[in-house]
Amino acid sequence: MSTPDTLPAPDAAATPAPVALAVAGLSIRFGGLMAVEDMTFEVREGEVLSLIGPNGAGKTSAFNAITGYIPASSGSITYRGVPLTGLKPDQIAGHGVVRTFQKTSVFNGLPVLDNVLIGLHRRARQHPLAIMLGLPGVRRDEARLRDLAWEILDLVSLRGRAGEVAASLSYGELRLLEVAIALAAEPTLLLLDEPVSGMNPAETGAFMALIARIRTRGTTILLVEHDMKMVMGVSDRVVCLNQGRIIADGPPAAIQRDPQVIRAYLGERYVRARG
Amino acid sequence: MSRAVTLAWVVFLFTLPLWMDNLYFLHVLIMAGIFIVAAMSLNLLLGYTGQLSLGHVAFFGIGAYVSSLCSLGFEIHVFDVPVGLAPKPVWLSMIVAVVFAGLCGWMIGKISFKVRGAYFVIVSVSFAEVTRLVALNWLELTQGPMALNNIPFLKLWLPGIGDIDVLGKMPNYYLVLVVAVVTYVIIRRLVHSRAGRAMIALRENEPLATSVGIDVTRFLVLATVVSAALAGLAGAVYAQYVRIVDPDVFLFIYTVTMVIMVVTGGKGTLAGPIVGGLIFGILPELLRGFEVQPEIQWVVYGVLMILIVYFLPEGIVPAVRDGWRRVGGRSGAPPAQPAPATPAGATPATAEASP
Repeated sequence: MSTPDTLPAPDAAATPAPVALAVAGLSIRFGGLMAVEDMTFEVREGEVLSLIGPNGAGKTSAFNAITGYIPASSGSITYRGVPLTGLKPDQIAGHGVVRTFQKTSVFNGLPVLDNVLIGLHRRARQHPLAIMLGLPGVRRDEARLRDLAWEILDLVSLRGRAGEVAASLSYGELRLLEVAIALAAEPTLLLLDEPVSGMNPAETGAFMALIARIRTRGTTILLVEHDMKMVMGVSDRVVCLNQGRIIADGPPAAIQRDPQVIRAYLGERYVRARG
Repeated sequence: MSRAVTLAWVVFLFTLPLWMDNLYFLHVLIMAGIFIVAAMSLNLLLGYTGQLSLGHVAFFGIGAYVSSLCSLGFEIHVFDVPVGLAPKPVWLSMIVAVVFAGLCGWMIGKISFKVRGAYFVIVSVSFAEVTRLVALNWLELTQGPMALNNIPFLKLWLPGIGDIDVLGKMPNYYLVLVVAVVTYVIIRRLVHSRAGRAMIALRENEPLATSVGIDVTRFLVLATVVSAALAGLAGAVYAQYVRIVDPDVFLFIYTVTMVIMVVTGGKGTLAGPIVGGLIFGILPELLRGFEVQPEIQWVVYGVLMILIVYFLPEGIVPAVRDGWRRVGGRSGAPPAQPAPATPAGATPATAEASP
């Protein structure tokens, strides 16, 4: 068979990192429509895994199920041994699984710095009573959070825009801010839903560099993306979906050569263009 | 800078009765102050979590009734078994009122667990109507339309001054002022904390808020509890000031008044309810000073409200703040306009993209 499982995957073979996220037999049904059917894949600690496939293949539905925004019809989702199915999104975030959204989603009316401060919610240590009594611990915690927020803004290169209202940012900056908000929540697994859609090539290049920086922090990344240059450039492994099913799973080089993937998604022109 | 302005205001308000000897105007200020406290508490819900509580007067009324009943004492019969409470000191009654109102807020917050927007409005309006009917019809407890009379006034002991009877205009003015400052400080601290940011996040973008691990329901409940408790405090202060409480404290028009104060002043701003409260709390009395017909008073009131909402949809405080910035009171804002294109890789991006 031409499935890339048989092909050598040098990275994975050398360091068999433990499984972080395990999706097993996941199905998602909307009425009569099967959005995702019997999906099984694993994300290993520290790797960048991309989900690709045509629109409607079930990528975003899978994201929504993993992060608790829609219920799974059947199957299991486990992160570091903890079952995530049935948990609320904020509880899932509490386990270190944090996402961004396909449609740009920030706190529009608030300054950039405040956006990141909201993202830092999980790291804050403030009891409501302590807040109302104005205890000094709360003020210290606020100062600590501010430092963390500036650090994150540096990471995504938005320091210069900290005081601006989010709505006034350019599109590319908004997408960076989304990532900053997600990073503030201290993810160990970061799910990015088409983060570079609508970006120009240079912005995409900068974003790829950002992903590399996030990796060095030990964060595992699950990516949904249509930009093949980005997918092939940053991923350790690629899973290709079509009509709710996985049709290929392997390293980028193998995926690009997989005839099923080419037929369903990449297209002959893509292969020819690459020469 | 804003801190200095706040401090100047507080000093002005604290010295006001020393040179203002018009007792009637002092009464107007006391009533406006009580309503401002209630409006500030409403603002925590409406302005920060974005949930419109159209039954907010219920918490105010509950505070007034609970405090009055505790300080007067009561006896009711449950299945012919008398259950009673001996009169308690007013300060204790007021604390009980705050706690009880907070508990009611907790209940409403829990009921509206998944209820947002229009449904939250319906739950809160229904709750206010139920409390009004209870106050009107539970004659044994509330005296119904006969009202609770001769409610004891607050007696305080202050170090250095000794015993004080909070009776008459001047002591009540200071009581209201202290309560207002405390309310302001509590809300200010909440807003500038993790809890307040969680509330604002709920208002701005709930799915995103949950994605970073904010349990929005928990903070909605917290906002409802604090808001209800503070409204209850306003009610308790009101009861011991006017010393008579009837079911009319639950009238819908009082909720509307609070909403008007918050919205015209600027919801989601700390100073908004105060500015709105001063305008709409004092305006009717000022108009009365011109000896115009009552109808004209209400017409002017309505027209002013429409004008504010139409021309300053965000409210007075945000409009003044933006105007202040535009004039250049704050440095940095105007020169920032041409700059944004440069930082954060926006221009290098376009430059590299062109070839």
